[in-house]
Amino acid sequence: MNTPLPGTPDAPRLTSVRALAWQRRRAAIGRFWREYRQQRAGMVGLAGLLIIVVLALAAPLISDRDALDVTQATGDRLQPPSLEFPLGTDETGRSVLLLTLWGARISLLVGITATLLAMVIGTLVGIAAGHFGGWLTGLLMRVTDWFIVLPRLVLAIALAAVLGPSLTTIVIAIGVTSWPGTARLIRAQTLAVEARPYLERAKALGAGHWHQMTRHVLPNVMPLVLASTTLEVASAVLAEATLSFLGLGDPSRVSWGSMLSRANSSGAVTYGAWWYLLTPGLAILAVVLCFTLCGRALEAVFNPRLRGR
Amino acid sequence: MSKRSPSPVLSARGLEVDFRVRGGRRARAVDGVNLDLAPGEILALAGESGCGKTTLARTLLGLVRPSAGQVEYAGRPLAYSTGALKSYRRAVQLVLQDPTGALNPRHTVYEAVAEGLRIHGISDNERDRVAEALARCGLRPPERFFLAYPHELSGGQRQRVVIAGALVLEPKVIIADEPVASLDASVRGEILALLLRLREEFGLAALVVTHDLGLAWSIADRLAVMYLGRIVESGPTEQVLTNPRHPYTQALVSVLPDSPVDRSIILSGEPPDVTRIPAGCRFHPRCHELASGAAEQAGVAEACRRTPLPVLGTDPTDGAPAVACHLHAARLTPTADSPK
Repeated sequence: MNTPLPGTPDAPRLTSVRALAWQRRRAAIGRFWREYRQQRAGMVGLAGLLIIVVLALAAPLISDRDALDVTQATGDRLQPPSLEFPLGTDETGRSVLLLTLWGARISLLVGITATLLAMVIGTLVGIAAGHFGGWLTGLLMRVTDWFIVLPRLVLAIALAAVLGPSLTTIVIAIGVTSWPGTARLIRAQTLAVEARPYLERAKALGAGHWHQMTRHVLPNVMPLVLASTTLEVASAVLAEATLSFLGLGDPSRVSWGSMLSRANSSGAVTYGAWWYLLTPGLAILAVVLCFTLCGRALEAVFNPRLRGR
Repeated sequence: MSKRSPSPVLSARGLEVDFRVRGGRRARAVDGVNLDLAPGEILALAGESGCGKTTLARTLLGLVRPSAGQVEYAGRPLAYSTGALKSYRRAVQLVLQDPTGALNPRHTVYEAVAEGLRIHGISDNERDRVAEALARCGLRPPERFFLAYPHELSGGQRQRVVIAGALVLEPKVIIADEPVASLDASVRGEILALLLRLREEFGLAALVVTHDLGLAWSIADRLAVMYLGRIVESGPTEQVLTNPRHPYTQALVSVLPDSPVDRSIILSGEPPDVTRIPAGCRFHPRCHELASGAAEQAGVAEACRRTPLPVLGTDPTDGAPAVACHLHAARLTPTADSPK
């Protein structure tokens, strides 16, 4: 057993095992895609997201960054939609369409990075709290509870105020305040996985904590993390809009929240400039809706019991 | 194969395991167990649910730390440092009751079997080792099973994969906790035959935990009967089952088909509670010998109720079964107070 049979080179056979494993993985992804495709709402959400992301990425190709410069604005103040400005202009004469396009970049960037931050913290805390028992779990869960009972918005405002307005600040403020729900979810799932006999088998095989957590627990909580992430992006985009609306965002960058904030402070409401308020508002709605639809569809695929509800 | 080897590969010395239960009470799941497993021997550990046999198995594996006593492997007490446990786990492997739960549904057969190798950093000839372990467990050709997921296999095949995953580390001892309880009767025989074959071919010793005396009869060299955390009778399987001496064993054997005990004894009384172990002989509240007055006639009824029995030793020198029973002791040596 220790000596390979003569004439059986090891390396090519090993790679063939790996190649076959990849083939299985590809097949699994194909199966997942076939199931996801059956979720009609999920497909609508995915298509919407693709369009928004492509538009956001293509913003520099569609228009120059100068379009955001107040000094180079070509339109009049709060001009209603016209052929030149399909969605009207803001209080400095910039095109609301271009502002929304550029704002999508910041809103999505902040939404996704803040969610990733929250997911990493939440998953780490959740798995650690589920895997190790005793005082560590007690401590982690008390901290989680503490973050849950604190009003999220107030905490985020306080953090943003202390750290100073910038993009990083907003990402941190949102990320640090939105992980506790994920942590509790992941902990519950970890506890369920830990009770499975294959964890006992792994321990009897001599597996350490790291092996148990990365090879058994993490792959089994990953689908949940993915679905939860997608849903969480929606609320992070909302949180970004809220913080920017309250004036805590980076003042030098345009996001949908800051657009709403400026619309509000420049008197667009009294002026009746519906295009200025409605455009970023509907954009936020569209992104949140798309992420929610995708998240729900992912949940349904990973947890077949939810299907048809 | 049933010859007793002088040096046991795995043994328990005065093993005690306590659990803290709700309300601050202590439950003693294992209460003084001495056990020897010789190389190449199959020992069955029988008893009803909740008697502590699974806890004993987990303690022998080092998954639970004993409150007192020690586990010895190859004559040396087991150390509970991470490194020592890891090397111990190459030598002593576990096979669980439910193969469906024992395999991670997201891992292929290859990954499941190779897991032990990867944990222990054995990277040479991984593929050949996995293939050989699968082939030894009757999954041939092994390459066909490499990339199958557990849900694509039958229950018997899954249990073979679990056993292959244990065998790939070339252990000396396998501890099987109800290895066939969740399998069909037809598959059951195959898995038991596999265990016997592995013993013949590789000298593997096995501790088989079971509630099924029929299973013990078909594969075990020796049988230990456990009641409420203690072994009450142990000896060669044939002797224990054809001539059960302890009233508890008699009751268990009496309900088997073709039982040597002429009437079936149905145990009365409450099921045992590990947080309240009765004084005297722990079996006395349910003992039919005491209830029928047989113990009274032999003059040990008081001892049954009051005098605790000594913990059974590991090795009956004459090969006769060891029995923890006042009545049996009184019948064996009518003049002496205690045989031991």
